[in-house]
Amino acid sequence: MKDKTLVQIALYAALIAALGLIPPIPFVTGIPITAQTLGVMLAGVMLGPGRGFLSMLLFIFVVALGAPLLSGGRGGLGVFVGPTAGFAIGFPFAAFVTGWVALKLERINLFSAALIGSLAGGILVLYIFGIAGFKLVTGNDWASATTVMAVFIPGDLVKAVITAVVAQAVYKGLPSAVAVKQA
Amino acid sequence: MISLYFPGHSRLHCLPAGIKLSGLAVISIGLYPIQNPLWLLPAVLLVILAYYSLGTGGLARMLITKPLLPLFVLIFAVQWWTQNLASALVLLQRMLVLILLANLITLTTRMDAMMDAVLPLLSPLRWLGIRTERIAFAVALLVRFVPVLMAVMLNLLEAWKARGGGRAVWQLAIPMMINAIRLSDHVAEALAARGGIRSHSVDASPSLTKKS
Repeated sequence: MKDKTLVQIALYAALIAALGLIPPIPFVTGIPITAQTLGVMLAGVMLGPGRGFLSMLLFIFVVALGAPLLSGGRGGLGVFVGPTAGFAIGFPFAAFVTGWVALKLERINLFSAALIGSLAGGILVLYIFGIAGFKLVTGNDWASATTVMAVFIPGDLVKAVITAVVAQAVYKGLPSAVAVKQA
Repeated sequence: MISLYFPGHSRLHCLPAGIKLSGLAVISIGLYPIQNPLWLLPAVLLVILAYYSLGTGGLARMLITKPLLPLFVLIFAVQWWTQNLASALVLLQRMLVLILLANLITLTTRMDAMMDAVLPLLSPLRWLGIRTERIAFAVALLVRFVPVLMAVMLNLLEAWKARGGGRAVWQLAIPMMINAIRLSDHVAEALAARGGIRSHSVDASPSLTKKS
């Protein structure tokens, strides 16, 4: 791997931590939306599947080492044994699928590609991991685990749209920054 | 350096990171077969005692679980509803013990000590052509640039508030991304100018190679 790629991966992971500072937006369901999973979707679109995966892997690795990088200053090993552990572990895979789908759809237009990619990776894949983790920690069956986690989905739908808007805006400002468009 | 580390000299601080991590693994497996809520009570008390042993301010560190409170209530209610009160109590206590224990390791282990404990486990990656020094370098870069990018983010937030704020605060993600991408290019150039990662992997990450 080139040094430049490594720097890109590390700085992008740092960016995800900084996005965690954006104050949560209270949403209709009462569950606040944080900008962090927005960062996961953006990682896939901006860096592409491979780099997006590595950048998110690095991010959760450093969280496990003890850095409070998750939104609200959470971090440390506790994150990986709690009921939301599946989400943190799913970050790299979510970024990968987001990037992969967006890359496949690159020919339509960036907005739709990023939106569909985010829905597939940042929501479908991330929730499979999240719900599986929740099921493992609490011992609930799939149905009730899914019901509990479903409260977060409306907020994440909004984030998928925001990802598409942000990706398009960044592409206008700095075209070379969007990996999915470089193929 | 940003870290959840809680400075101190308690017994737990002195234990090697590897032992603490293996201990957590053993305890987390050992807790699962316990089905009687009363038997988990000693475990809860022991964990509280362990936080107390950290010294002044130790117990306050347990508040780290506060953001999870609504989720705990929800999980407890669902479990009570679908199973019974006893199993809901078991679940709640087990989750609390595990999260607090795992967090205890984070509080009492410096990040560099943790890194030193984990890096040897990653050495099989060499078979795939991944050098662990590069992983260490990436970790050091991330840790170094989090405060930088957080400062940029706070600046953007301040400016946002000064302009009147509003709900669409997520729009700040756009200048933030562009800033980060430019910064990444500069850092990569600076690194190339100094001969790349290989020659600097030790100098560039003193905080991670230094023994505590």
